[in-house]
Amino acid sequence: MGGFLASRFMSDLFNGVANGIIFSLIALSLVVVWQSTNVLNFAQGAMATFATYIGMAQVEHGINIWLCMVISVVVGFIFGGLTERVLIRPLYGKPDINPIVVMVGFLGFLQFLAAAIWGNIPRILPSPFSQVFYTSKGHTIFLSPFVVFQILTAVTVMMIVALVFRFTTLGLKLRAAALAPEVARLLGVRVDRLLTFGWMISSAVGSFTAILVAMQNGSALSPSVMGSVFIFGFIAAAVGGLDSPIGAVVGGLLIGLVEQFTLDYWQANMAPVMALVVLIVVLMIRPRGLFTKNTQRRV
Amino acid sequence: MIRVAHLTVKYGAIAALTDVSFEVRPGSITAVLGANGAGKTTLLRTISSLMTPSQGEIFLGDTALVGQKTEDIARLGVAHVPEGRGVVAEFTVEENLRLGALSSPENSAHAVAAQFERFPVLAQRRKQYAATLSGGERQMLALARALVARPTVLLLDEPSLGLSPMVTADIMTTISTLSREEKLTVVLVEQNAKSALRIADHAVVLHVGTVVADAPAGDVANNDDLKRFYLGLVK
Repeated sequence: MGGFLASRFMSDLFNGVANGIIFSLIALSLVVVWQSTNVLNFAQGAMATFATYIGMAQVEHGINIWLCMVISVVVGFIFGGLTERVLIRPLYGKPDINPIVVMVGFLGFLQFLAAAIWGNIPRILPSPFSQVFYTSKGHTIFLSPFVVFQILTAVTVMMIVALVFRFTTLGLKLRAAALAPEVARLLGVRVDRLLTFGWMISSAVGSFTAILVAMQNGSALSPSVMGSVFIFGFIAAAVGGLDSPIGAVVGGLLIGLVEQFTLDYWQANMAPVMALVVLIVVLMIRPRGLFTKNTQRRV
Repeated sequence: MIRVAHLTVKYGAIAALTDVSFEVRPGSITAVLGANGAGKTTLLRTISSLMTPSQGEIFLGDTALVGQKTEDIARLGVAHVPEGRGVVAEFTVEENLRLGALSSPENSAHAVAAQFERFPVLAQRRKQYAATLSGGERQMLALARALVARPTVLLLDEPSLGLSPMVTADIMTTISTLSREEKLTVVLVEQNAKSALRIADHAVVLHVGTVVADAPAGDVANNDDLKRFYLGLVK
């Protein structure tokens, strides 16, 4: 058993799932914002990095690592709400290109600002769990307590988001505000507040993801730490379908596995290429992504 | 009572409604009739604050509605079923009703159950997505969702749109029964003047954004000039 778990295939599977779950979280945060406001938040990664810097900088002042993580997520939550209120709300009803341009500009602004405040030198973050791989009967299994923590917490976050959206009154209002804002208003739903809340949830999830990425073995916190992760997360969201939270999760895992197996069985440079090949093939077959429903509206 | 006073609504430079005034008595059905482009839908959308008038006032009792948010007007007891029903196609029948019950003064589960009792066909389809319902069932769902919040005023925009004459007759009978039993004040926007006049107490006829008649429904139904020139009922 130890030999099988330590095999090349299983090692790629563990790594692929660990990376994929990160892409899934980024994709999920993009989907939540897209569903609620039809905006592609290109600054998602930069916003998450900025919130992570604010929270994790407290480690240097002797604050407990868990508390720092909570601070990062709370900062992300508030940051998301402020972004929607200040930058996005004035753009509702304007041409679709406007929020895209604004968020790309915001991405650059936050990256330069983070570099100006905290510098460009990567900071190694302490990890709450060991990153040493497990061993079984002398075989190394490419799975560490931190990776297990990463997968379990990511799955927990996804399940909480899914349960809130599917089974609570808040979720019902959020979905109604996203799918039919005018009808929701006519039924007494305070849509504006819910759109802000959608951005807050998305940004909090993004911040949590940035913490995991920056803590990973071989990674560190820098102004551009989320750059490539965001691109893979974006590809995952497009593959799964921007309207589908389940699609975000499946898309993330699919891209994570494709990237990892390409990297190991072919070459590292081909990993992003193959991720893009998957995207192109999926969009050629299903232009709105794998899980977006084409709802037939009958009159 | 709803009172609309000197209402003017514009799309840019073009006036959709010009100096429109009329009153709707509590517990009555008022049909708002007219051809395409007469301003009927604009009128309902302005009452619900989905559009802002350039002039005029709208009152619900003593409460001014102009300037209020749409969601606050809904919470005042004004239910608006928009053109095309406005059911959320991606929601199940039950979810649509739960959404409507959010501003209900009573327990939402009881409110939903009461609507299933009133509309048994919806109870049979409670787990079905609204997208899969027939036109008539969708209209039933739109009505049930509006009623679940126990409104005092019901604004209906073209409830017969796209429905067969038989289903239209059923819907009109339901609206009439509801108004009588629930003492609901109904503003019924319709192109199907004949069906609307059959159940209405009062009628307002619009033509290119102005009121050309404001009279008891029976008088409008018997006025050949109105029927010929504005409602297309007499050749």
